[in-house]
Amino acid sequence: MKRIYVNEEWCLGCHLCEYYCAFANSGIRDMAQALKNVEIHPRITVEDGGEIHFAVSCRHCRDPLCVKGCITGALTNEEGVIRFHQQKCVGCYTCILSCPYGAIMPSKDGVVQKCELCTNNTYHTPVCVQNCPNRAIVFEER
Amino acid sequence: MKYVISGNSAAAVGCIEGIRRLDQKGKIVVVTDEEYPVYSRPLISYFLCGKTDREHMKYRPDDFYEKNGVDLYYRTRAVKIDETKKEVLMSDGTKMEYDKLLIATGSAPFMPSMQGLEQVKRKFTFMSLDDALVLEKSLSEIQNVLIIGAGLIGLKCAEGIYERVGRISVVDMADRILPSILDGDAAGMVQQHLEDKGIRFYLSDSVAYFEEKQAVLKSGRKIPFDAVVVAVGVRPNISLTEGTGIQTGRGIVTDVYGRTTAADIYAAGDCAQSMDAVTRTERVLALLPNAYMQGECAGIHMAGGEKPYDFAIAMNAIGFFGLHMMTAGSYEGEALAEKTAEGYKKLVVKDGRLVGFILVGDIRRGGIYTYLIRNRIPIQTLDFDVLAAQPQLLAFSKEKRKELLGGVPR
Repeated sequence: MKRIYVNEEWCLGCHLCEYYCAFANSGIRDMAQALKNVEIHPRITVEDGGEIHFAVSCRHCRDPLCVKGCITGALTNEEGVIRFHQQKCVGCYTCILSCPYGAIMPSKDGVVQKCELCTNNTYHTPVCVQNCPNRAIVFEER
Repeated sequence: MKYVISGNSAAAVGCIEGIRRLDQKGKIVVVTDEEYPVYSRPLISYFLCGKTDREHMKYRPDDFYEKNGVDLYYRTRAVKIDETKKEVLMSDGTKMEYDKLLIATGSAPFMPSMQGLEQVKRKFTFMSLDDALVLEKSLSEIQNVLIIGAGLIGLKCAEGIYERVGRISVVDMADRILPSILDGDAAGMVQQHLEDKGIRFYLSDSVAYFEEKQAVLKSGRKIPFDAVVVAVGVRPNISLTEGTGIQTGRGIVTDVYGRTTAADIYAAGDCAQSMDAVTRTERVLALLPNAYMQGECAGIHMAGGEKPYDFAIAMNAIGFFGLHMMTAGSYEGEALAEKTAEGYKKLVVKDGRLVGFILVGDIRRGGIYTYLIRNRIPIQTLDFDVLAAQPQLLAFSKEKRKELLGGVPR
């Protein structure tokens, strides 16, 4: 299965992936309207430490602890993609407690959000990868 | 192959999904004394406050049993096991043969003997959907509620009924709320938050006796009530092991594959005890994620595979009125605690490893701490200062990050 992989040596720390992610999942067509003067809530997080930069998003684990720990059944494994079903979530955050990567985060509406490889928006292929200027994030089979 | 599962909650679902990964053909029978397809028990408080409903409480989709080829029997309880004949006597008098049996009977609220409790007209427990439905029916007639027990169940119940009753009072023998998961500092903070909402606490105290409309505490205080909720803890349902060679402690003794001490009989979930990966002691870890995962490991082994259940730890994520907290592991060791802008953070280190943590308020990325505990990662391989500042992968070595973010995940 194709997954997102990160090569920190190439990451410039530009955070563009965060902006594209937030835009892709905003449901708004106009980028300026979606992002300008708005606190963004991306599903990918860039960690910065001095010279080191790298992006973290859901790894779509083969043995997903978030899915197994979910108390409601809101997280499911659908042919390898870990999907989130918001209407079932009560925001207990057991998935955040379970994720080894810190890749699931509270959403602004009180539940959680995570990367679904853009299968849940109109792009159908990870927008963070498409717009990474230095190919530090790739979407491929390994 | 015929698999029989007694119980129909998270451990049973884990077992079914574990079996079906390896065995598509074997017959699976589930018996439950309830009359519902599997639902999430921790959601009953959310149900009472309207954050979920019966439809969304379903832990699995409606076609779960059909898709997995499971015969489900409602209102049926397994009452006796014959290990030599490999059959189970059911509450309706029928006998059912098995090749592999899973005991996933869960736990039940513990009812302590308290003077006068028997005469209390409106008393409730808070564990199952039926408990919640019975309580809900009475809510319109209830003003003052007395909750016995300031643990997870008691306080979740308080939150669930908060908008629908008058005064809520909580009594606990312990000197702090949530004593099983929080230390004194964190508990004080959460207690303050709940008191700000109007919930009253009577700690280091207990009910001496109940009168018709009030409870008299050991301290002499009198608490008026229209209803009492008993939430002092749960006990594993292990009566099914009586008359068998299955060894029990507090719960049913299981090995790393979920096997009991009797051949072809497994146990998982709240009724079982298992090895705590942090404390290395046998414990009952009555938590939904653990129930699912132990059930899954048992199911895989029942179907001929191997997935050791060697990663169980105590862990809780819970929130009350918008204040979230996360805890995991054990608090025995060297503690690093601080009040943060949003709440509280405590990390506990022992023998060069992170063994426990408490986060109140800012819980973001807390799972990174859980990972370090569960996998017993030596902290000398990390930048501990960076890790202590906040949970982040930056604390790991470059090589470790390459493995985590560049390798095919587990």
